[in-house]
Amino acid sequence: MNGYNFAYLDEQTKRMIRRALLKAVAIPGYQVPFGGREMPMPYGWGTGGVQVTASILGADDILKVIDQGADDTTNAVSIRHFFQRVAGVETTTSTATADVIQTRHRIPETPLRNGQILVFQVPIPEPLRFIEPSEQETRMMHALEEYGVMHVKLYEDIARYGHIATTYAYPVKVDGRYVMDPSPIPKFDNPKLDGNPALMLFGAGREKRLYAIPPYTRVESLDFEDHPFEVQTWEHTCALCGSDHSYLDEVITDDKGGRMFVCSDTDYCQTRRGEVA
Amino acid sequence: MKKPALERPVLLDVQDITRLYGPGKGCEEIDFRLHAGEVLGIVGESGSGKSTLLRVLSGLEAPDAGRVIYRRLSNEPEAARQVNEPEAARQVNEPEAARQVNEPEAARSGQHVVDDDEATSDFDLDLYAIGEARRRALLRLEWGLVHQNPRDGLRMGVSAGANIGERLMAQGQRHYGRLRETGQEWMRQVELDPGRIDDAPRTFSGGMQQRLQIARTLVTRPRLVFMDEPTGGLDVSVQARLLDMLRTLVRQLGLSVVLVTHDLAVARLLAHRLLVMRRGRVVETGLTDQILDDPQHAYTQLLVSSVLTP
Repeated sequence: MNGYNFAYLDEQTKRMIRRALLKAVAIPGYQVPFGGREMPMPYGWGTGGVQVTASILGADDILKVIDQGADDTTNAVSIRHFFQRVAGVETTTSTATADVIQTRHRIPETPLRNGQILVFQVPIPEPLRFIEPSEQETRMMHALEEYGVMHVKLYEDIARYGHIATTYAYPVKVDGRYVMDPSPIPKFDNPKLDGNPALMLFGAGREKRLYAIPPYTRVESLDFEDHPFEVQTWEHTCALCGSDHSYLDEVITDDKGGRMFVCSDTDYCQTRRGEVA
Repeated sequence: MKKPALERPVLLDVQDITRLYGPGKGCEEIDFRLHAGEVLGIVGESGSGKSTLLRVLSGLEAPDAGRVIYRRLSNEPEAARQVNEPEAARQVNEPEAARQVNEPEAARSGQHVVDDDEATSDFDLDLYAIGEARRRALLRLEWGLVHQNPRDGLRMGVSAGANIGERLMAQGQRHYGRLRETGQEWMRQVELDPGRIDDAPRTFSGGMQQRLQIARTLVTRPRLVFMDEPTGGLDVSVQARLLDMLRTLVRQLGLSVVLVTHDLAVARLLAHRLLVMRRGRVVETGLTDQILDDPQHAYTQLLVSSVLTP
């Protein structure tokens, strides 16, 4: 580990982040400020998620990192290498065997189990920010549960597009209390937040906020009575594994209009293909 | 001359309000009562402390001294309005029904008259002694504030319909169709084309934005509305139509209004009673016509005589 403390961060920093995490777990959906550190990567590349992962990682843990569901994209590969070097932990691409999964923009298709921890990278932790620029005011709104404006955004969607056009970072209410931004996961993944057996931690490095959804917590997506929450559906199935129930990415294959739809979760897709073959 | 029925219940009891930013800057020792169904005008030149007073009254700024007591009617529990709202909001275009509920006469029937001398009843809320949560809820549910510049009161980034619906959504209405219906009703009420419900406020003219702001404020049928120069910055003909509309709405909904203006013509049209302010203090108070036709204080005389009559 040549000169680095285990998992890069010094022990005092990890201690501080763990304390913030305990508070976050105790108050589901509440954004806990923490003293974010400079990480050896730019903001927007997952500095929040990396600090959370670094603080909770144990020497025996098996780590998986995904970016948009894929294990082999730049962000995922670089963060995985980072922890291989500074923590020497074992890494995997298999959702089932991982203890800690750091993710950007997806929740794995394979159901998580109790004992696993999912760490999200969050760009903008404040769901009220789009309508209220003042941090003091948004904190007050959270404290007093003044969440009417969240529906203003959804109303605006329906008025403009005829349906709720928010497809990612879809706001949720956690345990009937705090409205939370689930990070830019597709709303397809929102139902997986509800009652999930795994612990879910959210880290925003630039904004220096942590929040959490403890296992088996009630998470509702906001909606209107006459425009209920719905997830995306596809007419296609995955071109590789044939799945008709996973989140699909559209991939352009040539410049003549050729395209295919494939699972965004590469591990899930490969596992299914392995089973079929 | 017979004075208007002052035995109406007191809605707002303002006791010795002082808020000074510096010597002579702000308002000092303001003391008055606002009765249910009354429109009170506060007039005075720029810098006389009108707007400071309004900010203190409307819960935006704590006074240095004094109290603002809001009296809700004894038969009206705090949460009831919130629960009943969706229904009430739909009755907007049925003036008959609305009048029965809201006309000052109903309040004058005597049974809810609160004893004026008893300032500590359960239904009295000391605006700055109750918690911030209750104060904000009060502002959101039972009170309304119309800003001089509609851009301060509107959300410019979202459509007219979303602007009107916001207060209803804050109260927990979660039915898009009904919100939209209410939005269109209110656009008709304030003489806007309901077909423009999805247009952004910035595409509206100044007068239309002001109408929209009024609709957005009145949609929850507040009991008490604060208006800061509602016709400021509008040209004369637009002003006249807006005033006409305001007068109708105030009558129909039985609103109590605190109206801040420097325009005596606006005050004469809308206000029942006037407070004349100068250098942070009230120099004269009385019925609107009385003050404008027969001003007593030297400053009021100056103010009245300086109005140009075409």
